[in-house]
Amino acid sequence: MKKLITAIHNKLAQSKSRLLIGLPYMWLIIFLLIPIFLILKISVSESVLGIPPYKNLTIWSDATLNLVFDFENYLILFQDKLYRFALGQSIKLASIATFLCLIAGYPIAYFISRTKESTQPFLLLLILLPFWTSFLLRVYAWIGLLSKNGLINHFLIKLHLINDPLPLLGNSFSITIGMVYCYLPFMVLPLYTNLSKFDPALLEAAADLGCTPWKTFLKITLPLSLPGIIAGCTLVFIPCIGEFVIPEILGGPENFVLGKAIWTEFFSNRDWPMASTIAICLIIFMVLPITIVKKFHHGGQV
Amino acid sequence: MKSSRFGLASLIICYVFLYTPLISLVMFSFNSSKQVIFWTGFSMKWYKALFMNSEILNATLTSLEIAAITATGATILGAISAIIILKFKKFRGKNLFEVLVSLPLIMPEVIMGLGLLLLFFNLESWIGWPRIGTKSAITFAHTTLSISYVCAIVHAQLVSFDETLLEAAMDLGARPIKAFFQIMIPFLTPALISGWFLSFVLSMDDLIVASFVGGPEATTLPMLIYSSVKFGITPQINALASLIILFVMGILTVGYFLHMRQKRSLEAMTSSLPQ
Repeated sequence: MKKLITAIHNKLAQSKSRLLIGLPYMWLIIFLLIPIFLILKISVSESVLGIPPYKNLTIWSDATLNLVFDFENYLILFQDKLYRFALGQSIKLASIATFLCLIAGYPIAYFISRTKESTQPFLLLLILLPFWTSFLLRVYAWIGLLSKNGLINHFLIKLHLINDPLPLLGNSFSITIGMVYCYLPFMVLPLYTNLSKFDPALLEAAADLGCTPWKTFLKITLPLSLPGIIAGCTLVFIPCIGEFVIPEILGGPENFVLGKAIWTEFFSNRDWPMASTIAICLIIFMVLPITIVKKFHHGGQV
Repeated sequence: MKSSRFGLASLIICYVFLYTPLISLVMFSFNSSKQVIFWTGFSMKWYKALFMNSEILNATLTSLEIAAITATGATILGAISAIIILKFKKFRGKNLFEVLVSLPLIMPEVIMGLGLLLLFFNLESWIGWPRIGTKSAITFAHTTLSISYVCAIVHAQLVSFDETLLEAAMDLGARPIKAFFQIMIPFLTPALISGWFLSFVLSMDDLIVASFVGGPEATTLPMLIYSSVKFGITPQINALASLIILFVMGILTVGYFLHMRQKRSLEAMTSSLPQ
């Protein structure tokens, strides 16, 4: 009898934990997994004019059920110059921004990790504060600084460094600035976490053994901080490659990137299949670096 | 010594870089002229215009409502997800669950928006709910985005949780539910609070996903800001931005100092204890 009660009790506990798992699991399947499959499905549908602006994959004719996959969009994507250009631009801008974030973020993270332990949280807070204010407004703020009669041009002319305003806004330069500005904390934070665990005794040992500071950095600090560098670069590169807001607000018409391509295809051209195709390609281009980095990272650890 | 001077210089340059745009934004919200570069005099007229602008006020209310519901839902779901990942035995589909939870962290928002719109489009024709362009559609979308962030924060805190505490409580006669609410939840409270705030901010801030699944019926604040920013600088937006910046920074700074004081008094208490 007692056995039976415990069995019932266990069953109940099990069903409770199933319910607990089921709630977030179902949520993620409905709102995350199914949407990805829908994008995949619509990317191989034929686009038509109307609502919805795509054809069904299954066609019932002559008593047979036909499944029709239309890969034309994928062909267009790889043949059309415009999309190749968008892909190139996205990769180029994201790479430059990631590199600049690394160059700027490394000394900052290093310096913060070497200050007194009680001041470290405050210095980090100052880096993170802007991140909590609106992203859109932080990008918008740069218009006032970079535009033709903006603050920077104004000061440069006042100082007689230039005669005519520089074209700072509406090009790759302003987009890169915007990206570095918005994503710098994403680089500093993982680097700081990594560098603060670093044992300074290692540096002393290297110096005692006759290493120059520069050589010590290259031989000891840099290799040891590699996991932080990888984490920071992934965290910056990934949002940059799918970025829409920054190129749209700070860029010019020639800065056509993948995020903008999806937006235009969807909202302006109402070509849902094409937008989905670009989205699938973007996913592939994101998953690729992550898996490579993961492989490389795990290989390095073993 | 030389390297630390270089580090200090780069830190200061970084702070200048981070804060100049925000300061200029706030400064020119008080400028009486529409021109950004020329200071023509102190004026509060853009703030006055802002408070008379019913469109902006409505959008703010919509955004606040969506953000509050999103933050609450995402905190509950995200915390459960973190507990499942860390404390539950392996079950079938656990790997998929872990991948799904972390996916929104890396997925570009444009793709999330597109996918969710396609989902809502299909749901609308099958069961008629949630309709595209309503607050509930945006809330569902934002909650999905935020779960991952809450999960990551709670996960980080939960790693250091000592399970023997739960066992001890149950040995002393607490039922599992009671042990959970009396021990686990208080332990997780700081993570839950920061998760709630992060979700709130993410939802208040999101333009892209809201633009896909939102519509004229539910216009959030970022959607409205975006449509006016596209036409260049508008001092009213500067005024709005200044209010947001001061509000957020004020809350964060106060929170930081309260946290530090609490920490310090805790340290003082433990150090005064007899060894």
